Amino acid sequence: MSLLPWTIYLSFAGALLALLAGRHSAAAARWVALLAAVASSAVALLAASNFVPTAGLQTLVDVPWISDLGLGIRYHLSVDGISLTLILLTGIAATAGILFSWNIEERAGEFFALFLTLIGGVYGVFLSADVFVFFVFYEIAIVPKYFLIANWGSTNREYGAMKLVLYSFFGSALVLAGLLWAFAAGGAHSFALNDLAQAAAHFSRPQQIAMFALVFLGFGILAGLFPFHTWAPTGHVAAPTAASMLLAGVVMKLGAYGCLRVAMPLFPIGLAFWQPAIAWLAIIGIVYAGLVALVQEDFKFVIGYSSVSHMGFVLLGLAACNVQAASGAVLQMFSHGVIAGLLFAVVGRMVYDRTHTRKLADLRALPLHRLIPFAALVFVLAGMASMGMPGFSGFPAELTILVGTWKTSPLWAIFAAVGVLIAAAFTLRAIQVSFFGTTDKSGPTPPVASHAAHFSPITWAERAGAMLLVAATVYVGLKPDVLLSWISPALESPLMQTVMKGGTP
Amino acid sequence: MNADYLALLHALLPEASLVLGALIVLGFDLIAGHRLDPAERTRAATVIGLIAIVAAVYHSIHAGIGGGVFGDVIALDSLGRATRVGVLGLTALTLLLLPGVLTLRHPAEYVAIVLFAATGFTLMAVAQQLLLAFLALELASLSLYVLVGFDKTRPDAAEAALKYFLFGGMSAAFLLFGFSLLYGLTGSIQFGEISRQLAMQPLNPLLVVALVMILAAFGFKAAAAPFHLWAPDAYQGAPASSAALVASASKLAGFTLFVRLLWHGVGPIAGSVATREGAPGWLPVLAVISLLSLLLGNFAALAQTNVRRLLAYSAIAHAGALMLGVMAAGKAGPAPLFYYASTYGLATVGAFGVIAVVERASGCQSIADLAGLHRRSPLLASCLFIFILSLAGIPPLAGFFSKFSVFVAALQLGGANSLAGGLTLLAILLSAVALYYYLAVLKQALVVAPTNARRIAVPASAGCALVIAAALLVLFGLWPSLILQLVR
Amino acid sequence: MNSPLLSLIVFTPWLGAALLGVLRGAKPSVSRGVSLLFSLSTLALSLIAIVNFDRARTAPQFVEDHAWMSAVLNVHYHLGLDGLSLVLVLLTGIVTPAALLASWRIERSPRLFGALFLGLQGAALGVFLALDFFHWFLFWELSLIPAFFLIKLWGGRGATRAAYQFVIYTIGGSAFMLLGFAALYAATGTLDFAALADEAARGDLAQKLAALGGWWPKAIFLGVLLGLAVKVPLWPFHTWLPPAYAEAPTGASMFLTGVMSKMGVYGFLRILWPIFPAQLHAAAPALLWLALGGVVFGAFAAMRQTDLKRMIAYSSVNHLSYCLLALFAVAAATGRTGPDHHAANVAALSGTILQIFNHGISAAALFFCVGVLQERATKNTSGTPASLNDFGGVRTAAPIFAGLCGIAMFSSLGLPGLNGFVGEFLIFRGVFGLAPWAAGVACLGLLATAIFLLTFWQRVFHGPRRGFAAGEFRDLRGIEFAPLVPLVVVMFVLGLAPQLLVGLFNPLVSAWAGHLP
Repeated sequence: MSLLPWTIYLSFAGALLALLAGRHSAAAARWVALLAAVASSAVALLAASNFVPTAGLQTLVDVPWISDLGLGIRYHLSVDGISLTLILLTGIAATAGILFSWNIEERAGEFFALFLTLIGGVYGVFLSADVFVFFVFYEIAIVPKYFLIANWGSTNREYGAMKLVLYSFFGSALVLAGLLWAFAAGGAHSFALNDLAQAAAHFSRPQQIAMFALVFLGFGILAGLFPFHTWAPTGHVAAPTAASMLLAGVVMKLGAYGCLRVAMPLFPIGLAFWQPAIAWLAIIGIVYAGLVALVQEDFKFVIGYSSVSHMGFVLLGLAACNVQAASGAVLQMFSHGVIAGLLFAVVGRMVYDRTHTRKLADLRALPLHRLIPFAALVFVLAGMASMGMPGFSGFPAELTILVGTWKTSPLWAIFAAVGVLIAAAFTLRAIQVSFFGTTDKSGPTPPVASHAAHFSPITWAERAGAMLLVAATVYVGLKPDVLLSWISPALESPLMQTVMKGGTP
Repeated sequence: MNADYLALLHALLPEASLVLGALIVLGFDLIAGHRLDPAERTRAATVIGLIAIVAAVYHSIHAGIGGGVFGDVIALDSLGRATRVGVLGLTALTLLLLPGVLTLRHPAEYVAIVLFAATGFTLMAVAQQLLLAFLALELASLSLYVLVGFDKTRPDAAEAALKYFLFGGMSAAFLLFGFSLLYGLTGSIQFGEISRQLAMQPLNPLLVVALVMILAAFGFKAAAAPFHLWAPDAYQGAPASSAALVASASKLAGFTLFVRLLWHGVGPIAGSVATREGAPGWLPVLAVISLLSLLLGNFAALAQTNVRRLLAYSAIAHAGALMLGVMAAGKAGPAPLFYYASTYGLATVGAFGVIAVVERASGCQSIADLAGLHRRSPLLASCLFIFILSLAGIPPLAGFFSKFSVFVAALQLGGANSLAGGLTLLAILLSAVALYYYLAVLKQALVVAPTNARRIAVPASAGCALVIAAALLVLFGLWPSLILQLVR
Repeated sequence: MNSPLLSLIVFTPWLGAALLGVLRGAKPSVSRGVSLLFSLSTLALSLIAIVNFDRARTAPQFVEDHAWMSAVLNVHYHLGLDGLSLVLVLLTGIVTPAALLASWRIERSPRLFGALFLGLQGAALGVFLALDFFHWFLFWELSLIPAFFLIKLWGGRGATRAAYQFVIYTIGGSAFMLLGFAALYAATGTLDFAALADEAARGDLAQKLAALGGWWPKAIFLGVLLGLAVKVPLWPFHTWLPPAYAEAPTGASMFLTGVMSKMGVYGFLRILWPIFPAQLHAAAPALLWLALGGVVFGAFAAMRQTDLKRMIAYSSVNHLSYCLLALFAVAAATGRTGPDHHAANVAALSGTILQIFNHGISAAALFFCVGVLQERATKNTSGTPASLNDFGGVRTAAPIFAGLCGIAMFSSLGLPGLNGFVGEFLIFRGVFGLAPWAAGVACLGLLATAIFLLTFWQRVFHGPRRGFAAGEFRDLRGIEFAPLVPLVVVMFVLGLAPQLLVGLFNPLVSAWAGHLP
């Protein structure tokens, strides 16, 4: 268990080593990065294997860090079922991301160094129990995104990168403003979540309402909260495959995690006030992003908007404020992380790197299902998972969210169900237009040699990455208990209990 | 007046070493300079200068903490000691940027003047009497005017120096006027005594005039809006190491001096910014200056294409944040302010150091001149990465904690519902704006392909300075207590 | 008791699909053989089940019940087989191999075709055997994906659109059904059909739902109803059906109409009726009209078609609406007592189940026949649709084919002596007892069915040889007999001895009718 902080250290060490190895050769950097990612995933798995979900928030490290100025900042890492779930997700996404970046030759050392720095920051966020530490890791995860996208991205990459990073940073500025306000005004003596919550309990209603708005909005931007989601599609489209995978897969989860772990428990009165607004924004996000995805002509934009739509489910689950919905939301975070990773991997790596186009109109003309059948198969599986087909992780997540949301407000649940339908529509459209655009029906399989000449076969790294992700989504889809039995006890902790009662203490 | 000359000498040993060092530099160059080639002359002068600084640092530390010396003219407190070490360290870093980077016709004079400036800085760090404060400030300022215009081959350097000098001269006049009014109203030039006198009288118009004069001079020194006009030109025209000195050590010393003057000297008429309405005094004025600096600095920086002007506007914005630290120093003590000013100095010295090295290879005025730095010199690119991100306030670099601590301190004054609090929230949000122009610099350095693919050779001493600065930024970022504990 | 027979039934086809998935580069004949073999497993296993089936018991048998999930969601892996399920499993066992045999000539990736088909078969079986919503829905939804690809990849010109429409309609319904079950779970904490039915029978469920107040209990019912209604389809939710059936390749059409449309009717019997008896009773009069709409408009629409596949597709709408008609009539009549009603209930429900089976057999056979015509006309199974006007005098050109096709047609028409008659007769017998006016209106449908089927018969098979039948027109040959002959045999057997089938579910139906309050 106490090994878990090594996920962070291994990632950062891996970043440094990859940078050095990159001066030698791209292959060395790759292997170093893969090793670091696998090692941290192994640490996470090891910790998961003897995790006791009922033990609450379990401290891993707790040493004073900055005690001057009455700040009382401690390097305090701890883990509970929610963070462990997301740690596992991070491990999976990181490993798969590196496998799907295997073809990066240019400045590979720097690429993997930035990639692993981002990963290390994400691990750190999920493990932090001190708000200051949380924030430090949160910001560490922001900057590498810019360089990953601007350097190795595609379409409109500098614009997409800048937009994404400014949105993220603006969000984190809001969070910082809200948290510092709460700290200063509450007279707290440390940044431990519990202490801050106690201090915050004395705030007046208007203060809580304002502070909650700042912090939640700040995190919500990163989680793709409508109407602050616009960074996501452009960012995802501009990003290189692995970065899209991480952005949609993990980084958006940072925002949702921040909402759940920091904003909601700290300001329960503020939460009660804003709850309906958040839910409706989430619903608008689900439906609107889904409809936009339905008419996109760029393959990656479809996936980008689908991410926003799916994150709407997460936010809706959080806004419903009960254990079921929130469990579903956390499960959906995991599920979407894996599925979005898979979708982006197919679109960005398997298809785009071979066809050099993402226009659906162009792809329609290619018999892709014949040229790269493996990619077609993976995309169909990923699409099914994304549609919320049972048997994949998205289904139990959406079901629990629906159950929980219904308890809070049946009306919200109805709109969420509409969202499920829209998700099916745009996913199916993407599947059939992209991979099965031309299906010649007459006679035996016609030769595809004319196209195949330009197509390199699917590499082992792609296969391994895809299988890892497919296995994760199917396993969790069939045995959601694995994660749900960690998540729901964590939501019954004292700090979360006020949240799960709808925010009214 | 308790005139203990021995104690005074002991307290002023750092300044003595610096002056002595300056004289040796000049003397050595006079005697041996004509036998050496320019590079060797520069190197020799730098080495002697560094030795003098090391001696000064040694004496600063050994001066101890003993309270007022020589009838409270000089304050040997932790802030003074820390500031002395800080400005000396920053000055040493700027000196390291000389060899192999700048080709000056009179390197010895340059180094000597840098040492004189440093003497001014260290005196500013400990002065707590109007006269000494003014002298120290002027010693430093005059030296800086010369340093800014030192490169006589460049017309814009001359323009910059003239502009700097004219503005500086005027602000010196303001300051002197303000000091004389203060003396006239209180009958003392000792900060402590002034404070006692002011506590007994209400805020009268003359006092207001005095305050306004002092704050205007302070604003000039700190390059805060609306007294910032000299800064972009000076930063643009000065030799890089001079600009670095102006932006780093001079600021640190200036903020220490003024935080002492404002809180120990005219503290009783501080007024308040801890409520929504505030109370009249110098704090609200400072808040206005801070607000203007934050807005103007951040937004004007967005429009810059010249990297030095960009750094100048970013300096203005940082000055606004530092003002918050000054406001908060009354309650939280000067530690956050000192942390901010010193780590900001490190990052700026580093940034100008990178510019200096690039400039020598191929000219560096426009941001686009940095294009492809990652190809041309990975070392410079990585160092610049750290300096700029520290300026932007990204953890775990020191720039993050400096903002964090100052903001916390400012918010603790009166929550978010106060003048200071509102200003802080604005400052936090503006940091997102700032990231845009900082990233624009890094984009050129790390993303864009080079227009001029020639590799840049980094001279050893400059490389050393950059690596030290970068390492310190990481170190202080991870363990802020290292600095915070210097100032209690 | 805990024999894994049912799991074996469900997962053997999937095992076959997986096997085909790894048999890369297998010869087409091998792929076809493997597909057929695994599809036959259902028939074999269901025979084992019939032998061991205790006909007197009404409770599910061969039950498998294992805890699956307990955190947040409470789910059991719960399979069970009662008379109703058994009929449907048997139907699947017969139709699937027939459909695969009908697709024997498909040249284009038979391996993928077989794998998808077996996937579809397994999913359908899962739907018929699952007793917990979680995996019932899993099978229900997963059946869509292979169906989608079967239509899209092997279908006709408009297949892409048809397949998309088909899946989106169904998922649209399913999404609301899912929501309905989410709401049920929120109220009761279980997704088990039996547990929910128990709660409903005790009246607890109604109380718990009433706590929501307002329209919500009705909304939940409507959500589940919508999911099932689209699948059956209940008029007017049927618009996806004709293009999907018409564009699908012959084998897929056979399966879609033979088995998949039954999933919806099965859902009505297994889920909607037991869990929402009161709501169904309240809604039944309105639903009766919709079912009648299906009966009448389905038949009349079929009459207007010239495309033969569409004609059969509309006739499916008509036939399936009979099933719903009977069920709604029973639901509407809940509360009335008397021996007459009991008998009428039993007749209506037995008729429904028989009709499910019979329609599966006869519609599959008809689709195969149309497929043969189409192939003869266009030399491939998925080209231009075969039109009513393209043929004439096929009887002289291909007498055997005409004979077998005629039998299928008359079975569909409900000619006594063939299987279709018994089911429809029982349905009408029951509905007359319960809602005479509805039976009266439904007769219109019977009439129209007779008209269009006879038109079909007359135009295509009689008269002088013309159109595509004018030139060379091969009679059935070799493998083409394989799908049709067994289906025709079943028609005769059940037409003459319907009790073979009725015996399997009679006690169940009597129990249902007896439990009606």
